[in-house]
Amino acid sequence: MQPFVEPDYLPALPELFLAGASVTLLMAGVFIGDRSTRLMTWLACVAMAAAFVMVLVLPDERTTTFFGLFVTDRFAAFMKCLVLVGAAVTLIVGLGYVKREGMNRFEFPVLIVFATLGMLLMISANDLIALYVGLELQSLSLYIVAAFRRDSLRSTEAGLKYFVLGAISSGLLLYGCSMVYGFTGVTGFEGIAEALATTVPGNVAAETGVLIGLVFIAAALAFKVSAVPFHMWTPDVYEGAPTPVTAFFAAAPKVAAMALLLRVFLGPFHELAGQWDQIIIFVSIASMGLGAFAAIGQKNIKRLMAYSSIGHVGYALVGLSAGTPEGIRGVLVYMLIYMVMTLGGFACILAMRQRGQMVEEISDLSGLSKTNPSLALALAIFMFSMAGIPPLAGFFGKLYVFLAAVDEGLYGLAIFGVLASVVGAYYYIRIVKVMYFDQPAEGFDRPVGVELSAVLAGTGIITLFFFAYPAPILAGAEAAAAALMP
Amino acid sequence: MEIGLTHYLTVAAVLFTLGVVGIFLNRKNVIIILMAIELMLLAVNINLVAFSTFLNDMVGQVFAMLVLTVAAAEAAIGLAILVVYFRNRGSIAVEDVNVMKG
Repeated sequence: MQPFVEPDYLPALPELFLAGASVTLLMAGVFIGDRSTRLMTWLACVAMAAAFVMVLVLPDERTTTFFGLFVTDRFAAFMKCLVLVGAAVTLIVGLGYVKREGMNRFEFPVLIVFATLGMLLMISANDLIALYVGLELQSLSLYIVAAFRRDSLRSTEAGLKYFVLGAISSGLLLYGCSMVYGFTGVTGFEGIAEALATTVPGNVAAETGVLIGLVFIAAALAFKVSAVPFHMWTPDVYEGAPTPVTAFFAAAPKVAAMALLLRVFLGPFHELAGQWDQIIIFVSIASMGLGAFAAIGQKNIKRLMAYSSIGHVGYALVGLSAGTPEGIRGVLVYMLIYMVMTLGGFACILAMRQRGQMVEEISDLSGLSKTNPSLALALAIFMFSMAGIPPLAGFFGKLYVFLAAVDEGLYGLAIFGVLASVVGAYYYIRIVKVMYFDQPAEGFDRPVGVELSAVLAGTGIITLFFFAYPAPILAGAEAAAAALMP
Repeated sequence: MEIGLTHYLTVAAVLFTLGVVGIFLNRKNVIIILMAIELMLLAVNINLVAFSTFLNDMVGQVFAMLVLTVAAAEAAIGLAILVVYFRNRGSIAVEDVNVMKG
């Protein structure tokens, strides 16, 4: 028996800190009670900010610890920063909603911190077991927050649907993991990559087994990023879940799942690129198509955002199909811009209140330019950006992934992407038309709140002026992509 | 006849398929869906343990223990969500889970 060697804890410092902070918050919440929700929310944000600083301060080079289960590199650092910002911002924009809508329970920020911790572990996973445990920590917390308004039928139904479909995807993932483990003999990502390069080729049984495993894992990850054909949970869960939770779903978990997808396909399964790139291209085309067409008939703005997010995942996957460092850089920039636009969009949706009631219909936005010009302007910026109108940020996100696809000779994919974004522009711009040219309806309650205004201003400025100074984001994404694809 | 790895894998594959089919074909009760999910996870455990014995490698068994633990947590959360849903809807029939069409 080998003696126990103490692992190096330093690379996992942000995760260890966040784990300690979440448990502390939970205990404090239990003792103080529900009147501490606001305090807990701010403390959770402070903890995430501290974890953010730790991620930035830790050394950049690739380090593995916990016996190879955990890895940090520039890619992990980039994605962790995105996830932490996304989670903290959704907590802040949700403050007003949580207070007004009877969600004032201290567990909410604590669960968000747990979910964020799970996402950080997913991003840093270097082993199938670590991947599974991180993913489940995230998913289990998300099931609960989806059903967090337990007196609301729609919220609990969203939680139930999300739970059932999420559990299926976990089952698929596990089945895939077990096949890959069985036919390569290891669970570590480096070990799998080595086995796929050396022992597996030529052995028909092992080749088939690993391929079956890969397909199952790909299906489960497509589920988590809500790509077609595994998207069916998205519209219902987005519509039914409380709006701050929907904002959270659209921002942080999607970024984390995309990070996991990139790491799994470009790390252990890089040897099988010829097999999975067909899957990715199909999923990408189907997601772009469905995101463009299915959103047209939607009347509920949260449902519209769900289809829009399915489409955005399709565009991001175009970069992965290219499979080059430029493509990966495109995916990372796209996810960053997507997260900023989504947070801004949901901040606008959270401001949609009439006489104290939340409203979610697109028709409620009629004539918003007359009743609340600044909110209308902010939402118009996000909608134009999502449609990909230059010079807003969304245009550049699409530009980088399409350029990478064209460089690799994937002309069909790039052309389909451009056409899909033209169709998608119809429903984004329809919202602008409703706000600016329709007869004014009853205006929204004012004031919208300090936190909401601050987030709207911040995300709006990033979306509007990304073109002026994109260098730091591009450099960061480039370094992260280089860490993933040396 | 020697019982080999293939037999275990076949049993696991059959159980897994039954689990998936059970989720999608079941039109009666959400509890049955929870049971089907459990069946899927246990099929995976058979796979893992069979591979672990076949490869003479402990990692598969460690993985199986973790799956068991997480499956217990998952079932607890699933039942809790089901209880709050039942309080709001008064029914847990699958065809009644339809307030939002999707």
